[in-house]
Amino acid sequence: MAEVAPNARFDPEEAAATRRHFWSRFLVYAVLTLFAVVYLVPLLVVIFNSLREQSEIARNGLISVPRSFRFDAWAQAWGSYCVSGTCEGMKRNFFNSLAMTIPATIISTILGAMNGYILSKWRFRGSELIFNLMLLGVFMPGQISLMPWAFLLGKLGLTNSTYGLVLIHVVQGISFTTLFCRNFYVSIPDDLIKAARIDGAGFWRIFRKIILPLSPPILIVTVIWQFTGIWNEYLFGVVFTSGQQQPITAALVALTAGGTTARAYDVMSAAVLIGALPPLLIYLFGGKYFVRGLTQGAIK
Amino acid sequence: MSTHDLIVPAAAAAARPWRERLGTMVPILVLAPSIAASFIYVFVFTFWTLYISLSNSSLLPTYGFVGLDNYASLWANRRWNIAYTNLFLFSGFYIVGSMAVGLLLAIAIDQRVRGEAVWRTIFLYPLAVSFIVTGTVWSWLYNPVDGIQAFVRGLGWTDFSFALTANRNTAIYAVIITGIWQSSGFAMALFLAGLRSVDPDLVKAAQIDGASVFRTYRRVILPTIAPIFLAVAVIQIQFAIKTFDLVAALTRGGPGVSTTFPAIYVYDLMFQRGQIGEGAAAAMMMLAAVAVVLVPYSLWIVWRRRAEGRNG
Repeated sequence: MAEVAPNARFDPEEAAATRRHFWSRFLVYAVLTLFAVVYLVPLLVVIFNSLREQSEIARNGLISVPRSFRFDAWAQAWGSYCVSGTCEGMKRNFFNSLAMTIPATIISTILGAMNGYILSKWRFRGSELIFNLMLLGVFMPGQISLMPWAFLLGKLGLTNSTYGLVLIHVVQGISFTTLFCRNFYVSIPDDLIKAARIDGAGFWRIFRKIILPLSPPILIVTVIWQFTGIWNEYLFGVVFTSGQQQPITAALVALTAGGTTARAYDVMSAAVLIGALPPLLIYLFGGKYFVRGLTQGAIK
Repeated sequence: MSTHDLIVPAAAAAARPWRERLGTMVPILVLAPSIAASFIYVFVFTFWTLYISLSNSSLLPTYGFVGLDNYASLWANRRWNIAYTNLFLFSGFYIVGSMAVGLLLAIAIDQRVRGEAVWRTIFLYPLAVSFIVTGTVWSWLYNPVDGIQAFVRGLGWTDFSFALTANRNTAIYAVIITGIWQSSGFAMALFLAGLRSVDPDLVKAAQIDGASVFRTYRRVILPTIAPIFLAVAVIQIQFAIKTFDLVAALTRGGPGVSTTFPAIYVYDLMFQRGQIGEGAAAAMMMLAAVAVVLVPYSLWIVWRRRAEGRNG
C-alpha cells in the first residue's frame, strides 16, 4: 500500500533520478559509438576502396561511399600485380606466410605444452631457474638476435628460406608458449597427478589422459597468439628473405612503397586485406576464448 | 594388504632399475632441446651481440676489440638522439593514451550495456591485425591529398588542415595516435577483466554509503585493480621499445629523420649502411631500455608474492 502512493502522484526526486539515469545511459552509448566509429572507419575505408574503381578513388578521395563495385582489384592483388619486376601479385607471399606460420605455430605450441607440463608437474632441482631463463626470451628485443641469426642461418644454409623463419619463430616462440602453458597447468591440482602416478601411470600417460583433455582453453590462447604474432611479424621477414621468398608483411611494405606516381589504392587496399584476413578470421572465431584465457592464466 | 603394497614396488624396482631410471630422465630429456634453444637464444645471442658491439665490425662481423668506441660514436650521432627522444615521447603518450582510452571503454562496457560482445569485438579487432597493415592504412588516411584532410575539405570546410605526417614536428604524433588506435583495445580487455574481478560486495557497500558512480570507481574499484595498471603499462612499454613495423609502414622514419626510432636505426645501421658494430651497440641500448623497465617490475612482483606469502 505504501508503495502505491509515490507512483500515483508526481515525485520530482524520482523524476530527476530517471532523467539522470537516462543521460548517463546516453553518455555511455555515445562514448561507445564514437569510439566504434573511429575503430571501424579505417577498416571500412579499406574494404570500400578494394571494391571501387581507381579512377573514382582518384576523383573523390579515399574516404567516400563506393559508387562502383568490382572485384578486379582483388584478382590483381592476388595474382597479377607487379612488384619490383615480377607480376605475380601477393599469392606467393601469402603461401610463404602460411608455410611459415602453420608449422612454427604447431611446433612451438607442442613444445610449450610439454615444457609447461614438465615445469609445473615434474619439477626437479633447478626447474624454476630454467623456467625463469626461458621467460627472459619473452622480453628480448628481436634486434639483439639479428646478427647471431644471420650467422647461424648462413651456416645452416637457411638464408632466404621459409625454413629459416620457421626456426626463428619456433625458438622465439618457445618462451611465450611455455609461459602460457606453465601458468595454466600450475592450477591443475597436484593430487590429480599424484593419484595417477600411484595408479601406475607414467609421464606420457598422465599427459595424454589428464593434462591434454584439460588443455583446450590454453592451447587456443597459445595457437591464436602464435599464429597472429608470426603471421604479422615483419622484422625477420624483411631481414632474412627477399623477393619471392618474402612473407606477406614484407611484401606489403614493398608493394605500398613502390614509388610510382599514381598510387593504385584499389589494388593496395585489396592486398592489405589479403594480408590481414587470416589473423582477422582466427581472431573473429577464437577471440572470445583468447581474451578469457589471456586474462585467466597468461598475464599474472 | 599392506605387506602386498610394500613388496610389489620393491620387487619391481629391483627387476627393472634401468627403466625406472630412464623414467625419471624422460622429463629432462624432453625439456633438453628447449633448454638448449632458450639458453642459446637468451645468453649466447646476447653476449654475441654485446661482443660485436665492442668490436670494429663494419660490413661483416670482425672481432677486433675496440672497447666502447661504437657506443661513443652512437651517442654522438644526432639521429640516434632523435631516435631516443622519440622513444621517450612515444612511450609516454602511447602508454597514457592507450590506458586512458582502454579504461574509458572498459568502464563504459562495464555499465551492463547491450551487445557487449559486439562492442568488445569492435575495439579488439585491431589487435589481430599487423602493425604493417595498420601503419599502411593510416599512412593513407594521413595523406593530405587523399585522406582525412581531403575528406573534410570535401565536406565544405575548405581550409581544414590535417597533415601530421607531412611535417617534421608533428609526424611523431601520427605514430602515437596510430599506436593508441591499435592497442587501446588490449588495455580495455585487461581492464575489463579486472573490473569484473572486483568483489561485488565492496561495490555494493560503497553504493549503500551513498557514493556516486564516479566516486565508487575512483575510491573503491580502481584502487583494487591497481596492479593491472602496472601490468598494462609494462606490456605497452615493451611494445614501444620494440616499435619497428608501425613506423616502417607509417612514415618510414620520415619526413627526414624525424620519426626515427631505435629499432629503425638498428636496422639501418646493420643492413643499409654496413655498420654492424654500431648497430649492435644500438641493439644493446634497446636491451638496456627493456631491462630498465623490467628489472624493477620483476623485483616488485617477487616482493609482492613474498609479502602475500607471509600474510597467509
